[in-house]
Amino acid sequence: MKNKIKKGTLAREKEKWAYLFISVPVVFYLLVRFLPTFYAFYLSFTDWDIISASANWIGLDNYKRLFTDKIFYITLSNTFYYVLYGLPISILVGFLLAYNIDKVKIGSGLFKTIYFMPYITSMVAVAWVWRWLFQPAPIGIFNNILISMGIPMQEFLNSVEQSKGCILAATIWSGVGFQMIIFMAGLKGISKQYYEAAEIDGASAFNALRYITLPLLRNSFIFLLITGTIRFLRIFTQVVNMTRSSGGGPLNSAKPLVLYIYDTAFRSFDMGYASALTVILFIIILLITLIQMRVTRNER
Amino acid sequence: MKDRTLTNKIRPILLFIFGLLMLFPFVWMLSTSIKQGREVYSLSLWVSNPSLDNYTRLFTNSYFPRWFINSFIAGTIVTCSILFFDSLMGYTFAKHNFRGKKLIFILVLSTMMIPTEMLIIPWYLISSKAGWVDTYWGIVFPGLMTGFGTFLMRQFFDTLPDDLFDAGRIDGMNEFSIWVQIGMPLVKAALSALAIFSFVGNWNAFLWPLIISSATKMYTLPVGLALFNGEFSTEWEMIMTGASVATIPVIIIYIIFQRQIIEGIALTGVKG
Repeated sequence: MKNKIKKGTLAREKEKWAYLFISVPVVFYLLVRFLPTFYAFYLSFTDWDIISASANWIGLDNYKRLFTDKIFYITLSNTFYYVLYGLPISILVGFLLAYNIDKVKIGSGLFKTIYFMPYITSMVAVAWVWRWLFQPAPIGIFNNILISMGIPMQEFLNSVEQSKGCILAATIWSGVGFQMIIFMAGLKGISKQYYEAAEIDGASAFNALRYITLPLLRNSFIFLLITGTIRFLRIFTQVVNMTRSSGGGPLNSAKPLVLYIYDTAFRSFDMGYASALTVILFIIILLITLIQMRVTRNER
Repeated sequence: MKDRTLTNKIRPILLFIFGLLMLFPFVWMLSTSIKQGREVYSLSLWVSNPSLDNYTRLFTNSYFPRWFINSFIAGTIVTCSILFFDSLMGYTFAKHNFRGKKLIFILVLSTMMIPTEMLIIPWYLISSKAGWVDTYWGIVFPGLMTGFGTFLMRQFFDTLPDDLFDAGRIDGMNEFSIWVQIGMPLVKAALSALAIFSFVGNWNAFLWPLIISSATKMYTLPVGLALFNGEFSTEWEMIMTGASVATIPVIIIYIIFQRQIIEGIALTGVKG
């Protein structure tokens, strides 16, 4: 009896500490994450422009404006272009690297180091180095290589058709190490016994890949699809820096949604409309995350 | 699996060649940063007269030293805060029971889904009203705690047996010392991974620092590099020197701690 009471007070004492421990973080998350989220939603229904003292409630006007905004459509389709081309390519390359490095007996550590290095490098620095590579001859090395092979010089970043591809090249180069590491962790988790059994049964390397490796890497694929989609949806830094002179490529040809948000908010100071654009981005990301949760739950 | 021997011989060679291509932009950047004059556009990796003049010029004639220090200060503040609060929060979720725990945990995790882009407009509004523009506090406050770090630390504290902490209670230690003296030393590996991620992440951060700093002397290195490059857009050797300055510290950290970094990344994928 006495023991029980003592335990009760001890537990209560412990609970007090727990509340003390989480108090500062809880205030932080409320003030710096949740309140601004709601505020962004609120602003999206106003015409606030920083200069005027107060924001006027304009209902759904900002959202209606989206339907007639050509630049919104261009930037949205550019953003989906980045996702639809960038994601499969970087997952494929990441997988090929991981699959082959996993099979190499010596030097796998060195390969990992090399391929992962771009991922931790500053995107601003990466963007400027790549911008230089894509310059017209005689400055840009890619054009010099083309000319020496007898191929005419390309416009690259100054071209409506090619600018998105140039940005993707730099983005894939910088991110592929991440894909590789996730796949390597997944490959490490597959028991060697499966492969030994397959070999005894005379299965080809391709069949081992098709029926053992790929199905067992399902979780890695799902994780990379989701994180990758979000990463490509939020593409910004590389575009700002690589297309600095044209501000998103000629005729907005490379401009992603986030750069449009940035321009709307911090160049045009159209905070209300920019908030509506961020709400759209939020909804897209939320939908993708929910789909992921559904897919992973079904599997269990 | 008959063609094994042949593919196994070709494999490392292909990986090596492809690796050289991956390294090429780095090598090109570094080699250009030590070139002078006409050699800059010679399209050769070999530098006949290597010199650090570009670096000297960068550090004496620009705000680069200041930007470097700014990035270092901001990265250090954020990293210390994350190490303290994320691990305290993760520990509390793993080892304490209190009413509302599940709900609060889910709310903290859900913050990972809110895109920064959505928060920057309200953050900017708060900062300009409160006078945080062009201050270190303005740069760091949004990142002082993270849902990711809290989750990571909770996973690690979860694996520790409760008996360890109860032993401290029997010895009459208070809950705070139990966390600091018993819990923290046991999750050193996770703490070092978290420290590296948050420092490197902040060192490279661009969008928010770009918005919150308007005075040149308050730029962080990536912001400074982006705007400086705009001005020096014809002097590629200076741009490559600036890019090298932004890159070299991270590469040094990476080479020293690559095991922790790679394992930490792999872990987020497994647990994620």
